[in-house]
Amino acid sequence: MIAAATLAALATVCAVGAWRLTSHRWTWRAPRAAILLWQSLGVTWGLASVGALLAFALQPFGRGIVHGLAYIGHHWREPHDLPRIVSLVAGLALLAALSTVLMWAGVETLRARRRHRMLLALIAREEPGVPGVRVLDHPGAAAYCVPGLRSQVVISAGTLRLLSPDELTAVLAHESAHVRERHDLVLLPFAALSRILPWSKTVHEAHASVALLIEMAADDRARRQCSPKRLATALLRFGTAAAYATPYGALGASTGENVMARVNRLVKPRAELPAHARFAIVAGSALLTASAPLLWLLPG
Amino acid sequence: MKGLGELERSIMDILWAERGPLTAREVGRLIADRDLAPTTVMTVLDRLTRKGFLTRTRDGRAWRYEPAASRDAYVAELMLEALDLTGDRSAALQRFAQAVSGSEAEILRRALTELEE
Repeated sequence: MIAAATLAALATVCAVGAWRLTSHRWTWRAPRAAILLWQSLGVTWGLASVGALLAFALQPFGRGIVHGLAYIGHHWREPHDLPRIVSLVAGLALLAALSTVLMWAGVETLRARRRHRMLLALIAREEPGVPGVRVLDHPGAAAYCVPGLRSQVVISAGTLRLLSPDELTAVLAHESAHVRERHDLVLLPFAALSRILPWSKTVHEAHASVALLIEMAADDRARRQCSPKRLATALLRFGTAAAYATPYGALGASTGENVMARVNRLVKPRAELPAHARFAIVAGSALLTASAPLLWLLPG
Repeated sequence: MKGLGELERSIMDILWAERGPLTAREVGRLIADRDLAPTTVMTVLDRLTRKGFLTRTRDGRAWRYEPAASRDAYVAELMLEALDLTGDRSAALQRFAQAVSGSEAEILRRALTELEE
C-alpha cells in the first residue's frame, strides 16, 4: 500500500508543483535549470500517476510494479477484486495513452518538417550576404529554424529589409542556439500534451512557460556572441512588424507580454540565480526524476 | 551533373514559368543541362509527382506535367507555418518571435523608440 500511496502523493506534488511553477518569475533568472525542473516534473507526473494505479492493482502479489507486471504476464494471473482490476486497466490505459500521444506527436512533427523541408528545397534561395541561411521570398517578417539532423535556418525577404545587419546577426545567433541545444525535443512532449488536453489550464500554461523559457535560454546563448541591445531591438521590430506583414488577418498565439519580458531581460539584466541555487534545482530535478522509477521497482 | 535536388528545383522552375502542361521531352529541351539523359528527367518528374508537387494527365502516349500549385501558394504555405498561423500547435518549427497586435504592439513600438534613442 505504501508504494501506491507514495506514488499518488508524488503525482499530486508534481501537478501542484507544475501549477505553482507557471506563476513564478525566478525561473527567468535561470532558464536552463528551470527547463530541467519542468522536464522532471512532467516525466515524474506521468510515471507516478500510472505507477499509483498499477501499484494499487498489484499490491496483493507483493512484488512491486515492474516484477508484479512480469508475474501476472507470465503466469496469466489477474487481481481478484473489482477495484484492483479497474485500477490495473486504468493504469495500463493511461500508460498506453501517454506513450501513444508522444509517439503520434513525434511522427506528426517529423511529417510536418519533412514537407516543410521539401518545399524549402524547391523555393527557398541562398543569399550571398547570409551564407548557410535559406531565404524565403515573402514581404512578411519571419525567422525560424526547421530542427532535425540537418537543421535549417530560414529567414524571409521581409526580415532582410526589416533588420539591420547587427540585428540579423543577433537573430541568427538566437536560432543557432535552438539548433545546437535541440530545444524542439524539449518542447515536443509539452506541445503534445497541450494539444490533447486543450481544456487543462495547467498543461496549457506549462507548455507556454517552457516555450518562453526556451526562448530565454536561446537569448542568453545568443547574447554571448552579439549585442544584447541589438537582439532586443530585433525582437521589438518583429513584434511590431504586423502592420505590413499579415496578409492573413489573424495573428499568432504570442503575446506582447512575452516579447517585453525577453526585451527587459536583455536590456536590464537581473543577476542570474546564484550557483548554489541553480545547483539545488538541478539536483532536485535529478532526485525527482529518479524517484518514480525507484518506486516502480520497490516491492510491496 | 547536378544533384537530384537541384534538378527537381530547376524542373519546378521551368514548369512554373510555363503556362500549360509539358511533356518530359519538352521539359528536357528547356533544361540548361543538355547532357541530361531523358530517363533522368522522367525519373525526376515522377518523383515530383509522387511527392504531390506535380499533377500529370495522359496525352496520347506521353504524360503532360504541371505544378499542383503555384509557387506563390507554396511560399504562402511556408509563411503561414513560419508565422504559426496554421492553427496546428505542433512544435515543428522554432520561431524567433511573433508579431502582436493592437495596444500590445503600441507598447512594443514605444519601447523600440526608447531603445533607439
